[in-house]
Amino acid sequence: MIDKLVRSMAEAMDGIKDGSTVLVGGFGAVGQPNALIDGLIEQGATDLTVAANNAGVGRTGMARLMDLGRVRKIICSFPRSSDPVVFESLYRAGRIELEIVPQGTLAERMRAAGAGIPLFFTATGAGTKMAMGKETREIDGRTYVAETALHGDVALVEAWEADRWGNLTFRKSGRNFNPIMAMAARLTIVQSQHIRELGEIDPDHVHTPGIFVRRVLHVPYGDPSGF
Amino acid sequence: MPDTTLAGLQPLSRSDMAARLARDIPEGWYVNLGIGMPTAVADHVRLDREVIFHSENGVLGMGPAPPKDQIDPWLINAGKQHVTLRAGGSFCHHADSFAMIRGGHLDLCVLGAFQVADNGDIANWATSENDTAPAVGGAMDLAAGAKRLWVMMEHTTKDGTPKLVRRCSYPLTAVGAVKRVYTNLAVLDVTERGFVVVDMAAGVTLEALQARTDAQLHLPA
Repeated sequence: MIDKLVRSMAEAMDGIKDGSTVLVGGFGAVGQPNALIDGLIEQGATDLTVAANNAGVGRTGMARLMDLGRVRKIICSFPRSSDPVVFESLYRAGRIELEIVPQGTLAERMRAAGAGIPLFFTATGAGTKMAMGKETREIDGRTYVAETALHGDVALVEAWEADRWGNLTFRKSGRNFNPIMAMAARLTIVQSQHIRELGEIDPDHVHTPGIFVRRVLHVPYGDPSGF
Repeated sequence: MPDTTLAGLQPLSRSDMAARLARDIPEGWYVNLGIGMPTAVADHVRLDREVIFHSENGVLGMGPAPPKDQIDPWLINAGKQHVTLRAGGSFCHHADSFAMIRGGHLDLCVLGAFQVADNGDIANWATSENDTAPAVGGAMDLAAGAKRLWVMMEHTTKDGTPKLVRRCSYPLTAVGAVKRVYTNLAVLDVTERGFVVVDMAAGVTLEALQARTDAQLHLPA
């Protein structure tokens, strides 16, 4: 019997190693796996590379992970926020490495990783400093930049519903990066608002098929708040 | 020194600029409005005209901001503001949302900018090569990917420095991408000849506009 449901945060976080690349879902507060981020803080892995759209807000969650000196590098499109205090002070002090990636390229690099595509060409960033040091190619008269797949060792994902096979649905704009990060990592850990019986989620409504998911923890925290 | 103050001119307000731009969007277009000034364009497109607004975080068919007592905490736009979804709207993940952008499916993107050059180059994400923690978001994807890129911005900076230039001095967002610029003083097309003045705000003459523009202005052929 396949049972991807785990009963504790410790079980969910088991085996995450120092030096891992961790993909963190969410856009703003919506679809952000806050409980799993806190679990990672508790678990203790360090020297992490974190890929997410943003670089943390305030002093909790991802900002706290960074504040504790556990993040070596952040890969994101938009490190600014309403309160980027932790990231900015670490960055100014040279204590965190930043790789800025255009948001669509960030998404596509992870989609490519999940789909077994090591390299792809995109018009985004051609002729800008984003293309510096990268291979470019003329295709049908337009210049394209080569971008590489972005694999995660771990993905932290927030879902709306999950079953014991790891089939997932997401809620409204909470979908965002979650399904593509689930595909792009070797160890995809999900916190889900609702746990459903097998077969209860209409197969036509599954957003992320269970093959992309390894562990599911039930975290019925309610509505997202803050940004 | 030419007079570059706004004395004697009647520049458009931000709301007027948004309304002016909104008039040029035909029904049926799929449109992404950038964060900041362009967001106001949606306020000037009536809901009975079916213009479909897209937001990078996977929202297609975005509607206006909800009343405070009807906020849905699960529904935000790329600016992280609460929004609504029109009947017929849909959600998707980030890779599909950016496939809409990068795959050339959006009819129009409207962005703000620091500078636009007369070859269509746009600089809108960083004001220095050594920006502390530059943030690009989806601007490069939108500028390179949409079928049309229009820019909405003030004609000059607050201190009167032209923003319509011969060559951008700030780091580029995209090369040769801008098709049209809406400012508080004029509407200009970017053509093979450079900037062509489409119309001007009340009280603005071509001479006054040129005095506030680094690039050479042209009249329609």
